[in-house]
Amino acid sequence: MSIIAHEHAAESHVHRDDVGSRMGMWLFLFTELILFGGMFFLYAVYRFMHQEDFHVAAKELNTIIGTFNTALLLTSSLTMALSITAIQKRNRNLSIFFQVITIILALGFMVNKYFEWTSKIHHGIFPGSEELLAQNSGQILFFGLYYVMTGLHGLHVLIGMVLIAVMTRLTKRGVINADSYVKLEAAGLYWHLVDIIWIFLFPLFYLIT
Amino acid sequence: MSADTAIHINNNEPSYLEYRGKGTGIKSWIFSTDHKRISILYLVSLLSFFAVGVTLGFLIRLELIAPGKTIVEPQTYNSFFTLHGVIMIFLFVVPGLPAAFGNFFLPIMVGAKDVSFPRLNLLSWWLYIIGGLMAITSIFLPGGPADTGWTFYIPYSVRTGTNVIFTVFAAFVLGFSSILTGLNFITTIHRLRAPGMGWFKMPLFIWSLYSTAWIQILATPIIGITLVLIAIERIFGVGLFDPSLGGDPVLYQHLFWIYSHPAVYIMILPAMGVISEILPTFANRTIFGYKFIAFSSIGIALFGSLVWAHHMFTAGMSDTGQFIFSLLTFLVAIPSAIKVFNWVATLYKGSIDLQPPLYYALGFIFLFCIGGFTGLIQGSLAVNMQIHDTSFVVGHFHYIVFGGTGFGIFAALHYWLPKMTGRMYNLKTAKTAFWIAFIGFNVLYFPMLIMGWLGMPRRYYDYLPEFWPYHLTATIGSWILITGLAIMFVNLIKSVRKGPVVTKQNIWGGHTLEWSVPTPPPLENFEEVPVITEGPYEYKENEEAEPELQEVK
Repeated sequence: MSIIAHEHAAESHVHRDDVGSRMGMWLFLFTELILFGGMFFLYAVYRFMHQEDFHVAAKELNTIIGTFNTALLLTSSLTMALSITAIQKRNRNLSIFFQVITIILALGFMVNKYFEWTSKIHHGIFPGSEELLAQNSGQILFFGLYYVMTGLHGLHVLIGMVLIAVMTRLTKRGVINADSYVKLEAAGLYWHLVDIIWIFLFPLFYLIT
Repeated sequence: MSADTAIHINNNEPSYLEYRGKGTGIKSWIFSTDHKRISILYLVSLLSFFAVGVTLGFLIRLELIAPGKTIVEPQTYNSFFTLHGVIMIFLFVVPGLPAAFGNFFLPIMVGAKDVSFPRLNLLSWWLYIIGGLMAITSIFLPGGPADTGWTFYIPYSVRTGTNVIFTVFAAFVLGFSSILTGLNFITTIHRLRAPGMGWFKMPLFIWSLYSTAWIQILATPIIGITLVLIAIERIFGVGLFDPSLGGDPVLYQHLFWIYSHPAVYIMILPAMGVISEILPTFANRTIFGYKFIAFSSIGIALFGSLVWAHHMFTAGMSDTGQFIFSLLTFLVAIPSAIKVFNWVATLYKGSIDLQPPLYYALGFIFLFCIGGFTGLIQGSLAVNMQIHDTSFVVGHFHYIVFGGTGFGIFAALHYWLPKMTGRMYNLKTAKTAFWIAFIGFNVLYFPMLIMGWLGMPRRYYDYLPEFWPYHLTATIGSWILITGLAIMFVNLIKSVRKGPVVTKQNIWGGHTLEWSVPTPPPLENFEEVPVITEGPYEYKENEEAEPELQEVK
């Protein structure tokens, strides 16, 4: 009898609360926004202090690669949203298809980023390099922020890719289905956050020159 | 009658202490997702870290007993006060009440079976342990432990040869653990309150945890990123804060205090919640001004988030900035005073039952008042210039964080530990321990206020002979305090092992939900989720009896 009681207890310990899960995810996204907020704050202050240097430094970034990457990320957000709609409409294969597309687009973003960074480093612009240290302090700060902020964003893209890959697996196994897709939704929310942070990074580093 | 049979008689379901889950032995604890077991994990681990912190504090005081070198070299001394700060703040005081007692009692007090995300809860304990071990490991790695003070001020933290990266990263991991706890609590309070438990029927401890959780979520990420930036700065030489590369070290201080000032409220708010639970129970009377106490928690959280720059009045700031931050600092006193007045009013005309938890609660109020008033002294601009970075600040801070939060944790231990373990401690010993600790506390920290006022700088290894009497008194105070703490913990640990078994559900006569479940609580907390019809502190018997008492007079 006591064994049954124990099993019963263990069973009911797993409760389901989709609204609660979504709320938890949103709260987590707030913390992510504030994490990046600290750096946006640094950017704002240093831009105010070194307007001319930031202006000069921003010209060195490649707007075309930046725009292309923006397009990639925006499209990936669309495919992410489509994959959730697909699972809601009980079309599992379509959902998996869109998730895979999302991962591929994210991969494209990272590849671009890789070439962008390596070409910068090739030109001798990286933290602590002689080339950079010879420039004005505003330019040092601009590239410091550029590497840290896009680097941390890139890390989030990677985490997002792993997360979506896990979701794809869960969708394949049927754990994520038309009746229970809150996990996929949470991953989607995370992915949109990654997207929205880029939407702010792009103009701040590439467009305002 | 043995302990086990006693528990069985009391309830049909096994208590959380008996239910083993899948694993056995230690595995049934460290992989358990039961909020009560996780709470015990937290309690044991954070009290262990507390012991390490106390030892370091004891050594700091011993070094300062006389001018010049006494027991250690200056470099070791610097590491001592850094680790004392990091361990006490990030490993004991911040997680203290929310993670240990909040985890155990939040679900029970709102009438839930567990927190919203039990697995996340376990993850946050693991992160806590990983962070704690990293902080401890940094002592033994080449380079030696960090010597920057717990504030990690730049540029020194970028240039010192010690293991700053490791310590900073430990604090980052601990911050993440704290965020997960906060996130879990907010969701639980929003989603899992029992039917009928409206916002104003929640116990005040829950209100304080709710305010705390919001600060944990909104402030911790900022210190997270700031500490990561220190590590990045040290590894890659990015120069976001280093003045030689164009950065602004004062900006670092801003970012640091944007978190670390609200963090003081993360520490003190839950303690205030504990006091608001203990007072009505032992005054046997409804809490005075429930809504005022609830909203003052939110008020403290709100104002407390906007006062960070009062740590930097001497670091360079515009006059307007100084005035605004000074004003906001004074405003925090209002909700704090509201709480104190309401607590005192709760005791008025109560039928007071002087038990150990109430001793610690009253100790809290006394020490918190001294801490609060000395805080106001520092908030005024002119005086701040005089006492900035003196041991006056250290004294003030310890009155708030040790006298406040520390005694709050001790009060919670004496109030709730019998409920958690089902065994009672020796009441008389607990009272003796309180008096020794309370006297030792004041002998230790009050001289700091005086010598700080006279100009003794904080964190100094050596000092002028004229400060010697104060340092000597403080060191003797530390011995008295540690004696008190030792008696207290031996008493509590003895009670857990072989104290008399308690089977009574309502040990102290409290009216909140945790006193309506068996002692110790069963795995599921409630056989049936209760329906709440009245507020948490409805002491009707006493209130009805009151007119009669007046007639007798």
